[in-house]
Amino acid sequence: MLARAEDTSLLPQRFAAWFAARGWAPRAHQLALIEHAMRGESVLLVAPTGGGKTLAGFLPSLIDLARRPPRRPGMPGQRALHTLYISPLKALAVDVARNLEAPVAEMGLPIRIETRTGDTSASKRQRQKTLPPDILLTTPEQLALLIASREAPRLFENLKAVVLDELHALYNSKRGDLLALGLARLRTLAPAHRTVGLSATVADPKPLIDFMGGGELVRGLAGAAPRISILASDTYVPWAGHIARYAMADVLEAIKRAKTSLVFVNTRANAERTFQELWRLNTDNLAIALHHGSLAPAQRRKVESAMTRGDLRAVVCTSTLDLGIDWGAVDNVICIGAPKGAARLVQRIGRANHRLDEPSQALLVPSNRFEVLECEAARDAVMANELDGERLRVGGLDVLAQHVLGSACSKPFDADKLFAEVTSASPYAHLSREDFDKVVDFVATGGYALKRYDRYARLRKTPEGKWRVSHPRVAQQYRMNVGVIVEDPMIDIRLQAKGRPTGAGGRVLGQMEEYFVEQLAPGDTFVFAGDVLRFEGMHEDAAYVSRTHDPEAQVPSYNGGKFPLSTFLAQRVREMVSKPETWHVFPDPVNEWLRIQEWRSVIPQPGQLLVETFPRGSKEYLVCYPFEGRLAHQTLGMLLTRRLERLRMRPLGFSANEYALAIWALRDMGGLNMDRLFDEDMLGDDLDAWLAESNLYKRTFRNCAIIAGLIERRFPGKEKTGRQVTFSSDLIYDVLREHEPDHILLRATYEDAATGLLDIARLSEMLARVKSRIVTRRLDRVSPLAVPALLEISKEMVAGEAHEDILREAEESLIADAMRIDEKSCERGRN
Amino acid sequence: MEGTEIDLNGERLVLDVSGALWWPARAMLVFSDIHLEKGSSFAMRGQMLPPYDTRTALKRMQAVIARHAPKTIMSLGDAFHDRDAAERLDADERAMLSRLSQGADWIWITGNHDPAPPSWLGGEIVEEYRLGGLVFRHEPGVFFLPGEIAGHLHPCTTVTMRGRSLRRRCFVADGARMVLPAFGAYAGGLDLWEPAIHALFQGAFGAYVLGQTRVYAAKGRGDYHSARRKASDDSQPSRMAMNTVESP
Repeated sequence: MLARAEDTSLLPQRFAAWFAARGWAPRAHQLALIEHAMRGESVLLVAPTGGGKTLAGFLPSLIDLARRPPRRPGMPGQRALHTLYISPLKALAVDVARNLEAPVAEMGLPIRIETRTGDTSASKRQRQKTLPPDILLTTPEQLALLIASREAPRLFENLKAVVLDELHALYNSKRGDLLALGLARLRTLAPAHRTVGLSATVADPKPLIDFMGGGELVRGLAGAAPRISILASDTYVPWAGHIARYAMADVLEAIKRAKTSLVFVNTRANAERTFQELWRLNTDNLAIALHHGSLAPAQRRKVESAMTRGDLRAVVCTSTLDLGIDWGAVDNVICIGAPKGAARLVQRIGRANHRLDEPSQALLVPSNRFEVLECEAARDAVMANELDGERLRVGGLDVLAQHVLGSACSKPFDADKLFAEVTSASPYAHLSREDFDKVVDFVATGGYALKRYDRYARLRKTPEGKWRVSHPRVAQQYRMNVGVIVEDPMIDIRLQAKGRPTGAGGRVLGQMEEYFVEQLAPGDTFVFAGDVLRFEGMHEDAAYVSRTHDPEAQVPSYNGGKFPLSTFLAQRVREMVSKPETWHVFPDPVNEWLRIQEWRSVIPQPGQLLVETFPRGSKEYLVCYPFEGRLAHQTLGMLLTRRLERLRMRPLGFSANEYALAIWALRDMGGLNMDRLFDEDMLGDDLDAWLAESNLYKRTFRNCAIIAGLIERRFPGKEKTGRQVTFSSDLIYDVLREHEPDHILLRATYEDAATGLLDIARLSEMLARVKSRIVTRRLDRVSPLAVPALLEISKEMVAGEAHEDILREAEESLIADAMRIDEKSCERGRN
Repeated sequence: MEGTEIDLNGERLVLDVSGALWWPARAMLVFSDIHLEKGSSFAMRGQMLPPYDTRTALKRMQAVIARHAPKTIMSLGDAFHDRDAAERLDADERAMLSRLSQGADWIWITGNHDPAPPSWLGGEIVEEYRLGGLVFRHEPGVFFLPGEIAGHLHPCTTVTMRGRSLRRRCFVADGARMVLPAFGAYAGGLDLWEPAIHALFQGAFGAYVLGQTRVYAAKGRGDYHSARRKASDDSQPSRMAMNTVESP
């Protein structure tokens, strides 16, 4: 693409020559960013992948730095940090630094570029604070640490620009809250700096601009429309399940036809299964690799560099590769399973082909009938350039608590000034002064109604009325605890050396959630890191495994990567289903499935909620179809079973998927008043009672307590030293809830869970929407639409939480074991 | 009554659902590892745990005591989380504890956290107490002693059924000796698979898990994988963590 000649005047000679030497012309948006920068304006650049976005973000800084007067020899440079770049991934920061070195070296610019991540040595990090580079590339967590340091005011006073990469992936998350607070601080420390946001295409850029603290919008040229095909068979589409085993031969064919493919799946467990299935068929030994978040980092790096070298034909991966380093060679993207959201699909498709003028190629592989609908809806949305809008989160109070402590660590703060600064960050724009003061009180003494801890306060007021940390130890605790990512406790998976006893050492294959390992018995098999493994036992802090060839391997049921169907896409799917005239686009089995549903039961109209009841076997079923995603359905299931229990329907269990919720019980639920059953008031006392004992909720509490600094973060390996302070966060939760149910940390927990694990916000919207629009059908047998939900019952663990019932069951099975008289014991008895 | 009866070295004992031990023949109630003021002990080091653990424990004790009306009440050691814990009680808590100590004869077994409970509490202070077929001490002895009842280890177990699991405090006993669960509101726990616990028992032993309304029998030995859990902020201290963190 050629830019207009007058625009190139924006480029200094040295830069124009560099572009020319490479046979490039600066793109319009690159020049636009230079122009805005010259006026000192902040800009959000929205452009698809492959548009030279990163270079566009840095060009104004490079030009500005190139214009500086040369340093006089012999004079120690009074160099100051000029540009700060922040990326959600440290690997991306490192990669961008590398890519930036090339133009800087080729133009011979006297510019120092450095990265700062968790991997940077302590001495270098220390030096960076006093002798900063011109351009520093880092992550939100490192920014938080920098602004909490005493050197922060001096370090940032001359800051000219902040570049926020992949902003769409950050702004609406807890990490985004942390970053927003950091940016607000930077605006105080360096009021004159400008901000550049770089984002993939989003439905609404306004919240991103607000997040940056204001700015102009520049759109890059849209790339060629992608070519999306949906793999669907007119002979067979599975009723349920999440591995598209039926389609694997076609997937392998698609891999063969392309140079390099990325095969996206939605969960780590599915990544393992898909990888297994592909290799079962891969008689040509195509180089197909596996990449997901639980694999050992070394293993992941190996796959990434093989990919960079172009040695691989395909990588089966999860959302870990949604963002990150560009691989030029990828020319095909295959998405197995539900796309979940149009924006996510665009992002994934964008991972193929980094030339704008050529269409990206993508193949969607639905793994069941509902996913066929979802794939069609997602393709329509992408082709119509419509993307999911996101529900804007409200800044977390736990993150705010962390920031307040960090602020005090840098230097004593004035509460009025800090409040003004915090509320200038868009996620906290609506924070009340009362809540802010509560958070400060929480940081200082725990914020309890019972003022017991004043003498142990972490923050104290100076005579001038500013808040300062009471002890250097507090700052140290802050530094250990910074960040908002709280991982589930993980256990190393070690490959047991052949012929050696368990625990005698072995290669680490990766890590798995502790709760999964806990449920394994020696001899159990599962798929991990692409191998079928046999669990041998635990030793110290690792699970030992050996390789095996059990075809009936149990597969890890990780939590990883389970994001729900987007509200936007759900809406489109509901609409599609409601219009029989559009069904012809579906493959025959899907079409037939919906037609029979229309005949046997009813097709719900948009805005309606269909509730069916029917008997099957010895049980009675209630199935509803909110299309609100698994998390919201799970919460709904918990609350409905409580109500059904009270109505003496004797509910036995429920299972939830992305589209439907099925509950089974001993009594016929067909006679119930569904409007009353689905009344919004379930979000009152029923929700409250459930939260008191919900494990999901307690896990959310634990995360908030860690982020807020009530509980110390646990570091891998550190617990072995025994210095780690340990107690159960569940016990803390119980006591706090009993004595101070309105405590600020419990509120933070509720707000977090409402938009997170429990998706209460979405459930509440749904209940309001369907009010008096519930369509009920009492059927004599299962309806076609209900089949997928019922099939999941046998596949999925009964959703729900461990209850005391399992103690009773365990006791009964113990007694049964003890009392069983089998042939062997009879024989022994006779002998 | 909300408890499970078991025999220990010829004595009939009731495992109370609260985690206390009731000895009907002697009208004696035993609490182990109450760890009063653990919360404030952490607050002193900058972790502001909710300051309600002491009153929670005292209230629970009050309820159990009201149910059994014991003649003798025993603390099996570590009633206070540290030496100065008693000084940190507020007036209400001090009064509550005083009332509890006046209603019965108290025996305070010394623990590693509280070598000597405060004198204002009265009662008898001993390292070890023998009565009938039973020997009460804080830490299990190195050598096997029939009828030994100890605390200190904070036993817990995880029960797994159909992929769901629950971790709860439990009594551990084999007919000859027993370990009591911790009573304290913030007291951590140690899993049965840890040698510190299962090495105490020569043969089969049982775990008696504390539920909301009753005590459930669960597997002891032979189920270590499901009971296994390492120290974490989510769970409870490992043996090592217990020794260093919970020792004064």
